[in-house]
Amino acid sequence: MRGWTFLLLAVLVAGAVYAAAAAVNNGYVFFAGYVVLQYVVLATAWNLLGGYTGYVNFGIAGFFALAAYTTVALEKLAPLPLPVVILAGGAISGLLGLGMGYLTLRLRGVFFSIATLAMAVVAQTFVVNWNFVGGSAGAFVIRPQFTAWLRIDYIHYLFLLMLGLCVIALATARLIERSRLGDGFAAIRDDELAAEAAGVPTLRLKLIATALSGAFMGMAGAPLPYYVTYLDPPSAFSLSYAVNTIAMPLIGGTAAWPGPLIGALLLATLQQLVTVTISSAVNLLIVGLMLVGFIIIAPRGIIGWFGIGAGLVRKGKRR
Amino acid sequence: MNPPLLDVSGLGKRFGGFVALEAIDLRVTEGERIGLIGPNGSGKSTLVNCLSGTLRNETGQVRFAGRLLDGMAAHQRTRLGLARSFQLPRPFRSLTVAENLQIPIEYVVHARGEGRVDVPARCAELLGLVGLAGRGEELPAGLTQVEMRKLELARAMAAEPRLLIADEAMAGLSHQEVDDILALLLALNDRGVTIIMIEHIMRAVMGFSQRLVVLVAGRKIADGNPEEVIRNPEVERAYLGE
Repeated sequence: MRGWTFLLLAVLVAGAVYAAAAAVNNGYVFFAGYVVLQYVVLATAWNLLGGYTGYVNFGIAGFFALAAYTTVALEKLAPLPLPVVILAGGAISGLLGLGMGYLTLRLRGVFFSIATLAMAVVAQTFVVNWNFVGGSAGAFVIRPQFTAWLRIDYIHYLFLLMLGLCVIALATARLIERSRLGDGFAAIRDDELAAEAAGVPTLRLKLIATALSGAFMGMAGAPLPYYVTYLDPPSAFSLSYAVNTIAMPLIGGTAAWPGPLIGALLLATLQQLVTVTISSAVNLLIVGLMLVGFIIIAPRGIIGWFGIGAGLVRKGKRR
Repeated sequence: MNPPLLDVSGLGKRFGGFVALEAIDLRVTEGERIGLIGPNGSGKSTLVNCLSGTLRNETGQVRFAGRLLDGMAAHQRTRLGLARSFQLPRPFRSLTVAENLQIPIEYVVHARGEGRVDVPARCAELLGLVGLAGRGEELPAGLTQVEMRKLELARAMAAEPRLLIADEAMAGLSHQEVDDILALLLALNDRGVTIIMIEHIMRAVMGFSQRLVVLVAGRKIADGNPEEVIRNPEVERAYLGE
């Protein structure tokens, strides 16, 4: 399937999802759906680095929350249309990803992961001490009831924007998989030394991956203040973002773009259901149990279990 | 006399207080077949790593095709035409055999901007050259040890190098398998590729090399005609002891 056909199909599916949510005519569907879609973007973004190049990033909350706080800062400085704010948040987190890539050039494996976790802690400390965005006390953001131009409920608007981000993130991931860039990422993941010897500019590719991954995580986090309306550092930088975001591609499969999508839809939907039927306190227990279960039953995730993934991607490649 | 393809002068490398390489001089002309030998720990692999850009030499200079390589990343050296194979095969395990060859074609041959090659046809040609015809769709995990070594050489060849450094491509192989790899290296040299072969198997070294270089304790102690070099008393002492 050509890239444009995929994009068109993805837009149609997104339109159908929005229409289905609107047909239910229940605000909660949009509130819960927003979180699920946010995790689709986060899991896809994480997979660009963690799944494709093998660099496991634990600092997801840092990228996510920094963009959310960019929104808070922009709201105070010069209120802009939300799509512009999302781009600004993506740019800030993309730059953070680029910086992280430069600072961790020589780190691999667990050392890289610890460095990313440390980066999130540093970002949180920075925000806690930045009173302009509320510091440790947090910040309130007033969510308009309706959008100015579409005249739809604002939560519908947030849902629609996150749906659009999902389409862009998935299309980007698919495009990378089928490109020379994706081949280079795979070579880095399998053996970085051999990749460099085979002519792959590993440093440049790692920086592209960290920046792209960070930018999409930022774009997922930028609308958060309008969703929660009150943002404080402990919740914005919550470790549960990292745990969920890493678990989703692992459960769905990291080899190809459908993996993070399936993992996020499955896990985040289950968490939303449990939140309303039992308690949100059970959410992390679900993640733990599912991870253990999938590591035993399907170590290559759901798509790997069904024999798709890398093979599917290969067959779809045009040379 | 033609200018050397590879010109190493005064190359030195230390690991803390340990001198791994000291004042190495080496000139290689285009089309040559050079054997590089030395006991374990003599600095052969360190020299390969310094030449290919995996390690940075602290002293001396490396010139390739007239270009100074100092400070140049490994992938840039590969693009210039200096390729290497690894002592232990390091295939891209999640990629098929053919995809392993596509990486250097995409990142080296196409990046040179000298026109695009037909990737599937080129992969098939390379696989045929190394005796892996029809195995392109398999994953490297399904290959035997000698096939893995052939893949390693094919991947290095996919970058269309002018100089190939084969680091112990025959280690651990049977008599027949050594002959297979030897024939392959000779065939590559026939195609105009200059080859530096690092090896412990003297039968293969003597059958391959036009020139033999000996490293001992990080120093070059001999460089010349293979028959003369192996009768050099210093080389005999290094290998057989006093």
